[in-house]
Amino acid sequence: MDAVLEPARWLPLDWVLVVAAGWLLVGVLGLFALRNLGWVAKVLFPAGGALALALFGIALAAMFAVPQTAVLPLGLPGLPFHFRLDPLAAFFLMVIGATSAGVSAFAAGYFRKGEGTPPGLLCLEYHVFLASMTLVVCADDAYAFMVMWETMALSSFFLVIANHRIGEIRQAGYLYLLVAHIGAIGILLCFGVLQANTGDYTFANMRAQHLSPFWASVAFLLALFGFGAKAGIVPLHVWLPEAHPAAPSPVSALMSAVMLKTAVYGLLRVAFDLLPAQIWWWGVLLLALGLVSAVLGVVFAAVQVDMKRLLAYSSIENIGLVFAGIGLAVLFSAYGMQPMSALALTAALYHVASHAFFKSLLFVGTGAVLHATGQRSLGKLGGLIRFMPWVAWLTLVGTLASAGLPPLGGFVSEWLLLQSFLFTPGLPSSFLNMLIPVVAALIALVAALSGYTMVKFFGVIFLGQPREDNLVHAHRAGPWERGGMVWLALGCVALGLLPVQFIQLVDTVTRQLVATGLGSTVASSGWLLVPVDIDRASYGPVVFLLGLAASFALAFTLVRRLYHGRLRRAAPWDCGYPWQNARMQDTAEGFGQPIRQIFEPFFRMQRELPSPFDREPVYRVVVGDHFWHWLYLPVAGAVERMSRWIGQLQQGRIAVYLLYSFVTLIGVLLVVMR
Amino acid sequence: MSVLGSLSQLLEIVVALLLAPLLVGWVNQWRAWLQNKSAPGLLQPYRVLHKLFNKESVVARHASPLFRSAPYIVFSCMLLASAIIPTLSTDLPLAPAADAIALVGLFALARVFISLAAMDVGTAFGTMGARREMLIGFLAEPALLMVLFSASLIPKSTSLATIVETLAHRELAIYPSLAFAGVAFTMISLAENARVPVDNPATHLELTMIHEALILECSGRHLALFEWAASLKLFAYSCLGLALFLPWGIAEAHAPLELVLALPVLVLKLAVGGVLLAMLETASAKMRIFRVPEFLGTAFLLAVIGVLVHILLGV
Repeated sequence: MDAVLEPARWLPLDWVLVVAAGWLLVGVLGLFALRNLGWVAKVLFPAGGALALALFGIALAAMFAVPQTAVLPLGLPGLPFHFRLDPLAAFFLMVIGATSAGVSAFAAGYFRKGEGTPPGLLCLEYHVFLASMTLVVCADDAYAFMVMWETMALSSFFLVIANHRIGEIRQAGYLYLLVAHIGAIGILLCFGVLQANTGDYTFANMRAQHLSPFWASVAFLLALFGFGAKAGIVPLHVWLPEAHPAAPSPVSALMSAVMLKTAVYGLLRVAFDLLPAQIWWWGVLLLALGLVSAVLGVVFAAVQVDMKRLLAYSSIENIGLVFAGIGLAVLFSAYGMQPMSALALTAALYHVASHAFFKSLLFVGTGAVLHATGQRSLGKLGGLIRFMPWVAWLTLVGTLASAGLPPLGGFVSEWLLLQSFLFTPGLPSSFLNMLIPVVAALIALVAALSGYTMVKFFGVIFLGQPREDNLVHAHRAGPWERGGMVWLALGCVALGLLPVQFIQLVDTVTRQLVATGLGSTVASSGWLLVPVDIDRASYGPVVFLLGLAASFALAFTLVRRLYHGRLRRAAPWDCGYPWQNARMQDTAEGFGQPIRQIFEPFFRMQRELPSPFDREPVYRVVVGDHFWHWLYLPVAGAVERMSRWIGQLQQGRIAVYLLYSFVTLIGVLLVVMR
Repeated sequence: MSVLGSLSQLLEIVVALLLAPLLVGWVNQWRAWLQNKSAPGLLQPYRVLHKLFNKESVVARHASPLFRSAPYIVFSCMLLASAIIPTLSTDLPLAPAADAIALVGLFALARVFISLAAMDVGTAFGTMGARREMLIGFLAEPALLMVLFSASLIPKSTSLATIVETLAHRELAIYPSLAFAGVAFTMISLAENARVPVDNPATHLELTMIHEALILECSGRHLALFEWAASLKLFAYSCLGLALFLPWGIAEAHAPLELVLALPVLVLKLAVGGVLLAMLETASAKMRIFRVPEFLGTAFLLAVIGVLVHILLGV
């Protein structure tokens, strides 16, 4: 009797499920107001944002709670959904909640009347997408995981083709759906291997299995294939720069910032939680794939002329860095160096969080620009900092974070990653030891190149003179859009300034995965980030920022005090050339030209140069991807040939089909009679 | 935070602010002498700064606040950089806030802001300068990191103070990893400070300039701050090189006598280094911009070899 009277205690997991249900409800409400933009934008999206904020809070609480489980009698009879909330899941829920809160607020001001999917339907797809990502992370059996994973892929597919009247967008959506499903097969097979013929597909059972190294490696490779396809790891990356830019900007933000992270989550779950032990070459493979993705991603980003494609390639780069960090963690863990593994894992998780914030900030920034100007091409933008200062300055925060500059979030993760490379205390294999500095050099190169790319991104869009006349009329972003961007920018700054607090939070995750964490080491040094020992390395972003601010203020005051602050506005000087105009600035192509020249073998370039006798000279350069040409087109061709060959079976005449049945029957009879 | 530490920190900042223009004047003087020209006075950079600060700033009509704040940001970055590099002492209260990697990040921050400021006005030269500056930056930055890594592998620390203390106590010998790193560092410093084989600080010949193109639109106090920041950068790079490859004479904690001696030693080292820099600049010709990637790529490879040598040989 007492048990009935006692009020039921709600655990964080229950609240997470409530939030997911709330999102579904918000989405369904959107269906009732299909074309009522005011209702959808001013009520439903803010409500979704509030739920996201709630999810952030719940996940924060769950980071320190004991793992909880729940069984929901949904789905097929006798096959309920299992859910579990442990620190690893809670961390990713936190990222989902915090990022989507800002993106939802932005979306409230973003969606307008226009072509394509009506706003109410978009609202449904958007919130189903959010709910499915939440539940993927909480799923505790293969069945629930796959259902949620596919829901996530499908809802995002519909979001990508929101503007389905444009042929290229439909193509991008198709490519996305195709790769998503090929990847899903890999994940499904991976779970099949993990359950080791027991027929029980719960994760708890998979954890209990002791696979032989061979089957463990098979499972790992399948997981790497499946989650790599979702994360856009080279060579499975070609869909990403097509699909992410095609979606409406808030959706691009969610896909790049959050959905890619579910793939990272899946990989961590399989590699560290479901598989009993790690093998060293898994780490090397992850490291290699991650670095190739990072280098290719950033090099391709630097030559893009479409602002959203540039960001999509930059996502490939960042996911590559995360994979490199995980690879290092696997490598260390396989050799039993748990503290180093924890450091590398912390770096990877840190980058997950900071990438989520800065990439969604940048994507919604491009959304605001797109709305204000109608242009996506960098060649037609410029000078927007004067017409939309809020968007420009907030995007600058994301730009600096993305370029990996101190004292913002992107720098801390790169710093931690480099630290974990540097202090490799000596792996048992001398070959690997030689590899480590080369890898560190590549990471340094990627970080520097991302600075180049980000200067191009920000400078061409927001600085200089407007390249088109109508840019002067670019309108400012609305309050919802600004609010969303401010939240995301604050996230970038907080991640940059509070690494100690954040690492203490991540400590529970690393403790779960590699049995140790940096929390206690870090906590002892106050505001200074000291991963190992104060004599070894330390970084104090707050002191750093204060130092910069103090010398800024000092220089400013002294110059005014000792001299003066007079200023005169005049025409630009430009070496005294009076006829210069906006056309003479660097274009996006021009800014990418050194990269095209230095990294020429990376690209498949088609160039058309004008001859001196052309009446209308045209210079055209198309930068393509070798993988597309050498891998995807041959595979697609082979599949097409094979289908045509099989298609010959289909004759369209009843007599032929009867013949097939007859031959089959004879065949079956022969087998049975024998 | 000891009193002596705070004192040496303050001393370092003041010395950096004062010595940096002097170093530029010294190099310019020597270069003029070596090229058979009559040299400007040693104090010429101070006079130029004073003149520029007195002038009013002429700013393009459509320049944004970014353009006007960038000089202060770049100047602050360089000042902070010279404050955390152990130029006089390793006992610096600010040093734990930024290790070698953060120092590279600090230089990158300054580079990004000076490039953004150059793009802000939207002139042909400004954007060209920004592109070239970022080109040199992305080639030099990883190379600089690798140089710092090959030094930091020896004490297993990226803290500059620890590196300097460890290196200063080693016996005098040629360490192969540091030899590679030293050559690489020299090449990087030439590129990063817009010196001759890569850029020419004395030219305003439009198509060859890099640093000058960046600050073409600046005048008055903005230009003065950029110039001062550039000289601080040269000073910081020189001191970083001295700290890594000639660390003797830098004071340690609780050694007031060493701190007193550190300043003349530093001036002596910088004077010799300045003459060498002037000779190097006089003896070499400026290269085409598309030779720069090869030049810096070589520096990058040398630095990586330095790290590899350390790992293979353990020295």
